[in-house]
Amino acid sequence: MTPLRAVSGRVPSMQTESSPQDQPLASPAGTGAPHVVVVEGLSKYFGDRLAINDISFAIRPGECVGFLGPNGAGKSTAIHILLGLVRRSSGTIRLLGAEVPKHHQEVKAKIGVVPQIDSLDPDLSVEENLLTYAGYFNIPRRQARHKADELLAFFALENRRQEIITHLSGGQRRRLLLARALINEPQLLILDEPTVGLDPQSRHLMWERLDILRQQGTTMLLTSHYMEEVARLSNRVLILDRGEIVAQGDPEELITEMVGTEVFEVEGTDAELDRLAAEFSQCDATLERASGKLYIYTQEDCTRLVHLLGEQRTWLRRPSNLEDLFIHLTGRSLRES
Amino acid sequence: MKTLAFTKIWVRNARVWHSHILATLIGNLGQPFLFLIAMGYGLGRDVGPINGLSYLQFIAPGLVASSVMYAAAFETTFGSYTRLAMQKSYEAILMTPLTVTDLVLGEVAWGASKGLISALIMVAALPLFGVWPSWWALGLLPLLLVAGIFFAALGLIMTALAGNYEFFNYFISLVLTPLFLFSGIFFPLDTLAPPARFLFSLLPLSPVVDLARMLTYGRFEGPLFLKIVIPVMVTLATVWLARLLLQRRLIQ
Ligand SMILES: Nc1ncnc2c1ncn2[C@@H]1O[C@H](COP(=O)(O)OP(=O)(O)OP(=O)(O)O)[C@@H](O)[C@H]1O
Ligand SMILES: [Mg+2]
Repeated sequence: MTPLRAVSGRVPSMQTESSPQDQPLASPAGTGAPHVVVVEGLSKYFGDRLAINDISFAIRPGECVGFLGPNGAGKSTAIHILLGLVRRSSGTIRLLGAEVPKHHQEVKAKIGVVPQIDSLDPDLSVEENLLTYAGYFNIPRRQARHKADELLAFFALENRRQEIITHLSGGQRRRLLLARALINEPQLLILDEPTVGLDPQSRHLMWERLDILRQQGTTMLLTSHYMEEVARLSNRVLILDRGEIVAQGDPEELITEMVGTEVFEVEGTDAELDRLAAEFSQCDATLERASGKLYIYTQEDCTRLVHLLGEQRTWLRRPSNLEDLFIHLTGRSLRES
Repeated sequence: MKTLAFTKIWVRNARVWHSHILATLIGNLGQPFLFLIAMGYGLGRDVGPINGLSYLQFIAPGLVASSVMYAAAFETTFGSYTRLAMQKSYEAILMTPLTVTDLVLGEVAWGASKGLISALIMVAALPLFGVWPSWWALGLLPLLLVAGIFFAALGLIMTALAGNYEFFNYFISLVLTPLFLFSGIFFPLDTLAPPARFLFSLLPLSPVVDLARMLTYGRFEGPLFLKIVIPVMVTLATVWLARLLLQRRLIQ
């Protein structure tokens, strides 16, 4: 594996690149390094529709923040506002120490983006896609070739170099999109559903690569509907629902705090489930009934009650996870109708 | 350096074009050449000379100008709309340090270049039809470049307003085709009744056709100054409007 050396260890340099009057807000109390992203009171209306409702969050250097939310929650909109592709209605944004949209041009030179919708140039080859994109960043030709070689190796696309994009599989296209996002050695990587539609093999390959980048200190904002992916990669999550942030923090802590430590999923008749629900109130647990199932989220060890489940046809005991938190916060019903 | 950022977009489009160069050239050049043959050669034998030019000689410079119009406008409608709506290329570009202004300048420069390429091939082929341009024809280069910029920007305005490809049918039927027919390519405007003459001379292709004919044969007449200054100003205004509308379309 070729390590992306240049990507690592670049984060501290941004202090020198911001102008003097930009300094105060950029450095949060208690940490030496400035925040990579600081969003305060951000809102966005599309006509009358409030897509983002007064959100605030910050991302520290080297963090990987999982950005979660049901379809239509406003994740892509928020990302587009960060990039200046959508205008904010109100709020302030600082990226890499500089106020945007005022300093977007300088800031975008240091950001890499994997968009939700594939935007590769279908008529160009794999290599031409990378070199063309490098051109947009004004990267000198030789350096761009060198970087493209490195990225093609890193993403196992070397033998597809001359292939036209329309001949690539979905997984190869997604990998190339990530490679393209890294062509400018970004300090901040924004990933909008980077593994959507990928098979388990391709997804694992993407995770491995993202993990290497993370270890090298690249700051990431990761949107995904795969909870496993977010749990693996992020140190912190931000959960958005209907344009509002409903929770943010360390995923493990949030899960324990808001959901519980373990989950029992039990199937049965209404009468059986009613009886079980009554019994489980002896234990510190939260109960939920949904479509013929009883969900028991335990806040303490309820092993002593497990024998009650013996006679049920189907039941399952498992540790609580991010998906439980997600459902807890955003509900079970479909958001887009 | 920053002011030349738009050339990156030009380069991107040129790279793509490189892979289907033949199809676009035939598409752009087919119509004007067919008209040159059908009207100039076919019909022209029964039409007397106009202002001392054979009918084929009379229409050839205008057809060159029309090839610029078609090539530039088609590039920034069908081509640009594909990049905007289908391929999301504009979104990809705007995630980099390039701005909407760079994007518009790049697209317009590219559309104008395609117009110019079509025109140059046509001019080079004119001797095959017995039309020998004068040295003044070198002046076609700046003239057709400005025309290319104008029609590319006009096409881009249509793209900024388009909801789908069908929209361009209106543009072709209601704008390009009337311009092709009534800008003095096929008949001299100065012998028309004054109202028609005035109306047709306002069409943006009219001064281009007129100047192209003068430059091709090196025979100048009438007030040139306004014929040059007004189209240049209109062209600048059109580019400005294209930027404004595309900005609105792209950054919501
Ligand atoms: N250009 C636009 N014009 C009008 N409404 C829009 C526009 N873009 C997004 N919206 C609306 O804003 C809301 C948020 O959409 P957004 O794409 O940000 O959601 P998301 O969280 O990224 O969803 P998904 O997970 O499905 O990608 C939706 O209700 C959407 O319909
Ligand atoms: Mg989205």
